[in-house]
Amino acid sequence: MSECIIDVRNVWTQFGTHVVHRDLNLCVRAGEVMSLVGGSGSGKSTLLREILGLEQPARGEITVLGVSLQQGTPEQLQQLRNRWGMLFQEGAMFSALTVFENVALPLRELKTLDDGLIRDLVMLKLKMVDIQPRDASKMPSSLSGGMIKRVALARALSLEPELLFLDEPTAGLDPERSESFCRLIANLKRELGLTVVMVTHDLDTIVSISDRVAVLADQRIVALGSVAEVARHAHPFIVEYFQGERGRRALGGLNPLAAA
Amino acid sequence: MEFSEAADHPTPALSIGRAPDGGPAVTVTGAWNLRAIQPVAGVLRDQLAAQARGTRDAHWDLSGVTRMDHAGALMLWRAWGRRRAMHLRLKAEHENLFTHLQADTPVPPAAVPWRWMAPMLAATRPLMTLGAHIEDVIALLGQVSLALLEVLRHPSRMPWREISANVYRTGAQAMGITALVGFLIGVVLSYLSAQQLKSFGAGIFIVNLLGISIIRELGPVLAAILVAGRSGSAMTAQLGVMRVTDEIDAMSVMGIPYVLRLVLPRIVALAISLPLIVLWTNAIALVGGMVSARYELDVSVAYFLSELPNAVPVANLWLGLAKGAVFGMLIALLACHFGLRIEPNTESLGIGTTNSVVAAITTVILVDAIFAVLFSNVGVP
Repeated sequence: MSECIIDVRNVWTQFGTHVVHRDLNLCVRAGEVMSLVGGSGSGKSTLLREILGLEQPARGEITVLGVSLQQGTPEQLQQLRNRWGMLFQEGAMFSALTVFENVALPLRELKTLDDGLIRDLVMLKLKMVDIQPRDASKMPSSLSGGMIKRVALARALSLEPELLFLDEPTAGLDPERSESFCRLIANLKRELGLTVVMVTHDLDTIVSISDRVAVLADQRIVALGSVAEVARHAHPFIVEYFQGERGRRALGGLNPLAAA
Repeated sequence: MEFSEAADHPTPALSIGRAPDGGPAVTVTGAWNLRAIQPVAGVLRDQLAAQARGTRDAHWDLSGVTRMDHAGALMLWRAWGRRRAMHLRLKAEHENLFTHLQADTPVPPAAVPWRWMAPMLAATRPLMTLGAHIEDVIALLGQVSLALLEVLRHPSRMPWREISANVYRTGAQAMGITALVGFLIGVVLSYLSAQQLKSFGAGIFIVNLLGISIIRELGPVLAAILVAGRSGSAMTAQLGVMRVTDEIDAMSVMGIPYVLRLVLPRIVALAISLPLIVLWTNAIALVGGMVSARYELDVSVAYFLSELPNAVPVANLWLGLAKGAVFGMLIALLACHFGLRIEPNTESLGIGTTNSVVAAITTVILVDAIFAVLFSNVGVP
């Protein structure tokens, strides 16, 4: 087994008396696409926020790219933040800045790159996510939902991250857009050698791009493995989720049990 | 550690030599990804620029590059004059970084061309903006009047709950701050007037002076300015955020007229609560004045109170309260107007709130001047 690029060890999360994660362990390997699946309120988004250092677990340790989020020095954590990119569910575009400035902001923050290089890099990133040059000067408020997602992806990729986090990347996109978004992420992953962690509800997305799936239920990871492996699991949530009407359709010929 | 910095991120570097055919050869080594480039970007840029100048047919050897990403590829690409170097050796896995660049890298669209009309348009813009605001405020006032007519025809649709909530928020909760400011202004005004009156031996006229100035002028204006800053900004921000989050559209779709449910209750509420706040501010300011007069001029509280009705005709009180009601309606109207114009971005919210407060305070003072002219012979003994 290769080393974990993200290592979540014995994590407990508690809001008041409500326990969200009980002794949760998870390992994400370099170069894979890992999907986090779970019912509403199962703590997928909380886990993602903890891995990003936006929230602290009550107990346990999370190590990302060899840096402990709990014990790392401020400098280490700062460097770490330049090595990952996050795509928020609603895009989280800076509404006061244009599309171009949004993508350029992380690059400008480095303070060492010249304007010409920044401009070329931003336009390249926008081209990679299929945004037309004439849209670069628009404000985020005048973009459609799908375009916001793609611009947000360009911003997440602007620092050439090794690790990409996606929160519901295809929620709110029409099926065709969401399929092309999946293709885009798969391409980027292949070209840039990214490791991707994504939280999603969408079975089609899971089936089309994830290498492994982690199912969160009962305050821990109840199943971990390829889509086909996980779909055979007998946990009630998984049975309902993967072997229901929708699950069978999405899995198609992938799972002999569901097809039977 | 596997993910440590130094191990797989050797510093990017260039070295210059001779190619077999005698031309210059550049050997590129190290990690050419953003993280490795970033600390030495300036040096690399200068080296690359020096290399690229004049030597178009240099041999570039990139086979020693350990890592490369778009930033590194783009940096070399720019040094080659935005096309592939003529003689180039590179690793197969880095090939597709450059294929992205093959198609001409797009440049951002140019700025809008300059036009000779532009300065004139810019000069008249403030006037145009003011005109647009006035037009919008009048339109909103019309909508509010229609909503009011609607409510008068169907009294069951009166938004009582919203009105009482707003009266509480803009009135009851403003009592502390208006009391503090009113009291201090009363004390200061009384103290300064006492210094002057003493020198004329006209100490007892402090009652006339404070009574008229506070009840007719200072109370209403002070209360209005405080409420404009406190409640006007809150109303603008609230409506602005509701617009940003599409809540106002949601109400319209459900068939709930937002003017009736959001704008009308705020205007009615401030028309009720501001006169009450004016009364409260007047009372506290007069108490402050009385306390100060008691110590500075030896004018007793009993004398002050008994003399007040003679010194100040009651018309002044009604005038002050009427001003309060008018100011209240204006503040709420302007706050709602600015709130409904907010665009879905953070900057617009800040500008809108600021403009709302500035416009409300300016309007209050303007309208106060109009009142002063119109009622110049009312309530003056």
